[in-house]
Amino acid sequence: MPSGEKIKICQQCGTCTGSCPTSYLMDYGPREVIAAFRAGMIDKVVKSNTIWLCTSCYSCTVRCPANIKITDLMYELKRLAIKYDLLPKDSKNPAMTKYFIDNVSKYGRNHEVGLMAKFMLTKDWGMPFRFAGLGLKLFTAGRLPLAPKQIRGKEEIAKMSAYLDAQEAKAQ
Amino acid sequence: MKYLYYPGCSAESTGKAYDISTRTVMEKLGVELAELDDWNCCGATSYFSTREIDSFAIAARNLSIAQQQGDDDLCVICNACYTTLAKTNRYMAESAHVYEQVNGALNAVGRSYDGTKPVRHIMDVLINDVGLEAIESKVTRRLTGLKVAPYYGCQYSRPIGSFDDTEDPQTMDRFFEALGADVLTDFPAKLKCCGGMMMLTNADVALRLCHEILKSAKDMGADVIVAACPLCEMNMEGYQPRVNSAFGTDYNIPVMYFTQLAGLALGADPKQLGLGMQAVSCAPVLAAIPA
Repeated sequence: MPSGEKIKICQQCGTCTGSCPTSYLMDYGPREVIAAFRAGMIDKVVKSNTIWLCTSCYSCTVRCPANIKITDLMYELKRLAIKYDLLPKDSKNPAMTKYFIDNVSKYGRNHEVGLMAKFMLTKDWGMPFRFAGLGLKLFTAGRLPLAPKQIRGKEEIAKMSAYLDAQEAKAQ
Repeated sequence: MKYLYYPGCSAESTGKAYDISTRTVMEKLGVELAELDDWNCCGATSYFSTREIDSFAIAARNLSIAQQQGDDDLCVICNACYTTLAKTNRYMAESAHVYEQVNGALNAVGRSYDGTKPVRHIMDVLINDVGLEAIESKVTRRLTGLKVAPYYGCQYSRPIGSFDDTEDPQTMDRFFEALGADVLTDFPAKLKCCGGMMMLTNADVALRLCHEILKSAKDMGADVIVAACPLCEMNMEGYQPRVNSAFGTDYNIPVMYFTQLAGLALGADPKQLGLGMQAVSCAPVLAAIPA
């Protein structure tokens, strides 16, 4: 993470937590996440619901007086949680992330209908019922095309990931 | 005036009307858009959650193609695509490691990228290249008396802030003033998060965020909310019935892509703007604009 070392200069002012639209639901607010990170209690925050409640709105990032890229830090923690399988039991976000990437690796673009269908079938059986009204409206309006758009260079996406996999393995 | 154009994945499905209305508006303004050849997904927020460098690499594939395709700037309509692509440029400039890794990945597929292709948000292009005076001169149907709530959303100016302020953006306000609208310049929720992808994964959280935005718009007496991002538009518009049942409200506020409303002011036919695709009827907006 570029300029990740900046968390060392966090002065614990709490502007991040105060700016966060979902901090009221978090086990630990972003300020506490940084404190825990520095205290070596990474496992606690990685397992918490906090990182999965970050909406990537970047409010904290643009307001941080120490220019810490807090949103990027949340992404870093998400990556650790996925890598070490430290996911909250009820969290649906990691599955969404995985399906999104599978989708893009396969077609080169995100096929929204396919992504939602897979997510509903595996993670949220109630969703088709709640979504039915809106789904029908969108479908009739032509906003839910069933066939995925595929790019010519779709293999390039997987090849680039494979190259970066190899680089990561080499570095370790 | 000519640009390379990156529509983004949503513009092929739920956000189709954004793409349709963008092309119409730009044609009315004499701006030529050449769609980026064989573009791929920008990576969105999901790629950042797996391996940061992958997200920069797949974004850079687009930028590398753009550089090959021509010298024109790359115009992007979706806030999230814009931020992801622009962030890739920024991080490639800030970090030699990112630069090398990205180019390593691109080389593996016979490409390369030097990190310098200008990535421009469509509003940046409209305000700074086309210019408000030129736009105003092409208005055939002024939006007089129409109360417009300009909703910027998160990734319009955050975190980059290259063409507008990160805390108090004004470009959309100025744009709709030029079209003659009664812009709600004090719209307090203009930068509040809609919840993004959380509408699918943590619906309770996202519905509450949308409720706050819709309430703010209603309190201000907005006739219409305008958005510059397919995810914001979908959450605020498509999910209004769900917000209503969750919070006992009766919102029925039209939400339009800002290009749809701009197209009306520029004299485009509603069909050329994808207005029939909206989940909340735009008929009251059409009726409220003086002919």
